[in-house]
Amino acid sequence: MKEIGLYIHIPFCRSKCLYCDFNSYERREKDAEVYVAALLQELSGYHEKYNFIYKTVFIGGGTPTVINYSLIGVLMESLAPYMKAGAEISMESNPGTVTFESLKYYRSLGINRLSMGLQAWQEELLRSLGRIHSREDFLQAYDWARKAGFDNISTDLMFALPKQTLDMWKETLEKVISLGADHISCYSLKLEEGTKLYELNKEGKVQLPDEDLDREMYKLAVDMLFSYGYNQYEISNFAWSGAECRHNLIYWRNEEYLGVGAGSHSKLDGKRFWNHRDIDRYISLAGQGELPVSGLEELSGDEDMWETIFLALRLNEGLDIPGFERKYGVNFRTRYGNALNKLTAHGLVLMEADSLKLTDIGRDLSNSVFIEFL
Amino acid sequence: MESDRQKHIRNFCIIAHIDHGKSTLADRLIEKTGVISMRDMEEQVLDNMDLERERGITIKLQSVKLIYKAQDGQEYVLNLIDTPGHVDFTYEVSRSLAACEGAVLVVDATQGIEAQTLANVYLALDNNLELYPVINKIDLPSADPEFVKKEIEDVIGLDASNAALVSAKEGLNIEEVLEGIVKYIPHPTGDEEAPLKALIFDSFYDSYRGVIAYIRVIDGVLKPGMKMRMMQNGKEYEVVEVGTMKPQMNPAGILMAGDVGYVSASIKNVKDVHVGDTITNADNPCKEALPGYRKVTSMVYCGIYPADGADYDNLRDALEKLQLNDAALLYEPETSVALGFGFRSGFLGLLHMEIIQERLEREYNLNLVTTAPSVIYHITKTNGEMIEVSNPTNLPPLQEIDYMEEPIVKATIMTPTEYVGAIMDLCQNRRGTFKDMQYMEEKRAILHYELPLNEIIYDFFDALKSRTKGYASFDYELKGYEKSELVKLDILLNGETVDALSFIVHKDKAYARGRSMAEKLKEAIPRQMFEIPIQAAIGAKIIARETVKAMRKDVLAKCYGGDISRKKKLLEKQKEGKKRMRQVGSVELPQEAFMSVLKLDD
Repeated sequence: MKEIGLYIHIPFCRSKCLYCDFNSYERREKDAEVYVAALLQELSGYHEKYNFIYKTVFIGGGTPTVINYSLIGVLMESLAPYMKAGAEISMESNPGTVTFESLKYYRSLGINRLSMGLQAWQEELLRSLGRIHSREDFLQAYDWARKAGFDNISTDLMFALPKQTLDMWKETLEKVISLGADHISCYSLKLEEGTKLYELNKEGKVQLPDEDLDREMYKLAVDMLFSYGYNQYEISNFAWSGAECRHNLIYWRNEEYLGVGAGSHSKLDGKRFWNHRDIDRYISLAGQGELPVSGLEELSGDEDMWETIFLALRLNEGLDIPGFERKYGVNFRTRYGNALNKLTAHGLVLMEADSLKLTDIGRDLSNSVFIEFL
Repeated sequence: MESDRQKHIRNFCIIAHIDHGKSTLADRLIEKTGVISMRDMEEQVLDNMDLERERGITIKLQSVKLIYKAQDGQEYVLNLIDTPGHVDFTYEVSRSLAACEGAVLVVDATQGIEAQTLANVYLALDNNLELYPVINKIDLPSADPEFVKKEIEDVIGLDASNAALVSAKEGLNIEEVLEGIVKYIPHPTGDEEAPLKALIFDSFYDSYRGVIAYIRVIDGVLKPGMKMRMMQNGKEYEVVEVGTMKPQMNPAGILMAGDVGYVSASIKNVKDVHVGDTITNADNPCKEALPGYRKVTSMVYCGIYPADGADYDNLRDALEKLQLNDAALLYEPETSVALGFGFRSGFLGLLHMEIIQERLEREYNLNLVTTAPSVIYHITKTNGEMIEVSNPTNLPPLQEIDYMEEPIVKATIMTPTEYVGAIMDLCQNRRGTFKDMQYMEEKRAILHYELPLNEIIYDFFDALKSRTKGYASFDYELKGYEKSELVKLDILLNGETVDALSFIVHKDKAYARGRSMAEKLKEAIPRQMFEIPIQAAIGAKIIARETVKAMRKDVLAKCYGGDISRKKKLLEKQKEGKKRMRQVGSVELPQEAFMSVLKLDD
């Protein structure tokens, strides 16, 4: 028996947001039924071979709430025998695609954590990001979700958006805080190649705020959320005590998880592997009981160590040095002496008791820190 | 004893200003005499280095043996020895001239005589060569061959009545050139019975056969089995093979007085073959060696360092191999605090420097960091001692310096008269002293300037070209050293002097250079984890300052759906990018930063 996390990818969206480079497809919801059938096939393949127990489940996308909710029901029923008691079961949702009925139904399936994409409070920003919902849609959905019994709601926000001012960002934070969201994620917008926003920026039609404003917004979020009782537990994540996302902690603690669905990633038995991104390809393989895996990476000891370090450093709890040394049988301070000296001298990391942590500046420059351990 | 055989040999080269069509004409001569079939003919066969073909210039000289049946019904051996056309390569030109009796002087029918035409003519006359004029590009609408003929007569003083009017590109009148070579270029007159005397005019390294020397036999004969001796170092070798170039090596039983060819003798050490040396018969040596070549003067120096310190040995081997057939390349080990172990290398000029750098990177797969070019300064110390300094770091402390001198060149610039003003401005900006101006005819002038060499090694060619729409031509020769008010400009990054970025500059230009250098570096240095002050200083005095602001943000916001592999790839890529940087003290410098001094336009 192996306790792991499970990620399920639903790659459908009503319309793709302008900044999004995730594996999602617009207006293909009609394929949802065969897709979910393929998911069930893929899962049963794993369940035949392995004895997995899921301590967390994360249904992400895409937009899981865009497909007929009975399909989520089918999925959850099939997982029932493999769930650990008290498991965290999260689902992402778009406020424009839920109803009170559907939310009640999701809750009845045992889904106990709802992640809602708001991104920004201002209608003009929502429009410029290509979001399909309004602020009112969000407020309505949030209210329904609470009434449906969701006592763990997370809200996704974005900052450093085109035309976003510090005041707008402050307003967004205030509104979400006053709603009493249990968990808040704050992501700095990154232009990804291949997205519409990237093209618009390249053509000079859209400008991004500079790094200084980006960091000012980030600091504002950290300070405000802290003053309202939210703990920062990861670079982009804040939660009331006990509401940290246990599924995402699995990634950051470099533990094992299975990912099913198009383009999903898994880490099991010292390997990382990932599925075909294309829906049709995925359906045709998984639907026929074949492994839809498109790539696999066997992790060397060094690589695994590096992953453990840079993932753990994203967390405010930092890297547990004795745990690391036990797991890999190395002396951390000897092995990474040069990096430690340099990074400590620049004030980017801090050794606190038995943990290595990023400082505030270290969090701003985390990539520069991570590559020192490579 | 002069032989009838030699009467049927012509050893010649082609000299021209760059772009006047020398290589194309060479191709046509080769094609016409059928050495290479049309099918195998790649354009400009003599330029066989990739780099040469890309840049459209000849760098290394090559030779080829042509067989031509003349109108008199007799067969002639025409040995064509190619010469480089660029001003930097004057030395190489003189090497090929020494192996010839005559030169074909190519002049562009639309351009007329240019600065390098004259420079090459003087070299040829110094070598007692007979000149045979050929006017090229007569197919172009703006061609004026009669005018060019007159120019040749007026400016050079050469009878141009026999000049061939050709279009090498169109293959027009090529036969006439071949006839002219037979008719006007003297045949060799060596003594076949005398002791062997052969001039080495080039060499290269073959991994299977060792060093191969290109030679011109002046007297006597050379054949396999003979014991030959290098007159300069006395080393002796048994001749393995001799032959001619067609242009591939083509073994022959013997090379005799008047012949041009190659010799291979299992010579392992590249240093044992000196271009310009004389080969003789060890068993029957000649009394004295040929005059050889004047020692090359390297005019431009720079530091060459491997980007990866582990490549130091490979860099040394590569330089050694390149030096074998490029005697003008000098190098000696030096150490920089910023760059580690490398070589201070001397070049004929800036183009030569760029070509060597490119060859090292391409042919030897090396990744290099080069410092800004410098000239040799003469420093007279207060104790009366004179030292030569090409690396700014080696400049003695100010209080030990009595005075400094810098090299001055005599520059000849030929230009259409409408650009005279622009050129005068440029030369004035570069601390030039006007000497003289002559009108060649109504519309063209020759300007004579004296210019400090350190003012022309950066971007003088480019500046001249852009100011004259490419019409002006330029040549220079070293005049000598003159006293000058020079200062050493240091660059400090984060408060630390970076030795590899120091340079020597005239005091009147120090402020402007310092400012522009600091600005360039600000652009070249990426933001880092902390703020980096860039300072330009003369001694303890800061004359310019810029700041590279600290990086504020370097974060990947989201780990989506557990896709760690993608994140990892991004980080690995970032690390790779960092590896290409040079760690100088606490600062990471991209390689371009070291060359940014070069691009100081004024």
